[in-house]
Amino acid sequence: MARMKFLCDAERCIECNGCVTACKNENEVPWGVNRRRVVTINDGVVGAEKSISVACMHCSDAPCMAVCPVDCFYRTDDGVVLHDKDLCIGCGYCFYACPFGAPQFPQAGAFGLRGKMDKCTFCAGGPEPDRSDAEFRKYGRNRLAEGKLPACAEMCSTKALLGGDGDVIADIYRERVLRRGRGADLWGWSSAYGVKPGAQPPVQQPAPTRGKS
Amino acid sequence: MRLALRLALLLAAVLALVACSEKEQVAEFKRGKYQGKPDNQSWANDPLPAEFRGGTWAKGDRTAWEEQIKKRQLAQHEYRRIYQ
Ligand code: SF4
Ligand code: SF4
Ligand code: SF4
Repeated sequence: MARMKFLCDAERCIECNGCVTACKNENEVPWGVNRRRVVTINDGVVGAEKSISVACMHCSDAPCMAVCPVDCFYRTDDGVVLHDKDLCIGCGYCFYACPFGAPQFPQAGAFGLRGKMDKCTFCAGGPEPDRSDAEFRKYGRNRLAEGKLPACAEMCSTKALLGGDGDVIADIYRERVLRRGRGADLWGWSSAYGVKPGAQPPVQQPAPTRGKS
Repeated sequence: MRLALRLALLLAAVLALVACSEKEQVAEFKRGKYQGKPDNQSWANDPLPAEFRGGTWAKGDRTAWEEQIKKRQLAQHEYRRIYQ
């Protein structure tokens, strides 16, 4: 098997936040920690609004893994980046290193005491016996060990968010793009921003006066 | 003179080829070897009871587990699911 990855189709995502909710529910993620979130650009601009759902991307050459001073990250044989919470000292280096802001820290108390790092596990738990209570309490559900895929991707209503082996989901995405009659231009700078890198952005229509809730 | 030219050409060829070599830029993967506790593999578990729809594989059989995961992956492909 190649490597487990997420892929979010910006032309399908409707910013329903269902994936965020599914993740919260499946893993009983504490208040204040978002393992997954939906990022929207050009919010409210008709025709230019795009959303993608982002979590840990399980980098092949993970910066978080490289900077952790206590070396508590590991990579599974399926390419999922996980960490050992027993060892984590909550220093926050991984948060600075991560290009996606994936590592999250539960905060408590008046001084914002920072807890141990928590991030998307690709629903693969952590270094505790698979599907045990200890694993669930620390890392959430281990759906891979149940023969399933991450809850966010599996329940996405529009199937914008795909999760699984990079090769397989890339093939699914490619087939979609071809059906839409488009090519490699579908995912990239010009699709997202309507211009080539370095060119002027399009003239934006004024956002509606009543803000979106 | 010819020898000098030959040597110069040889040197140029060697220098040109040096650029073809590539240094490994990806950090070495650490499979289960790190400071923390060891973890076991996803396929080293029994599948769930049938009502939880986790598919079937024999405990420890990586290929069968991968087949099950692949089925789930392709279930995300509604073009195939619906039209075929
Ligand atoms: S569930 Fe799917 S459509 Fe909804 S926000 Fe997440 S990725 Fe977008
Ligand atoms: S936490 Fe960030 S840097 Fe680490 S694997 Fe996930 S996306 Fe990559
Ligand atoms: S917060 Fe924890 S996981 Fe992140 S770099 Fe520090 S010790 Fe490592």
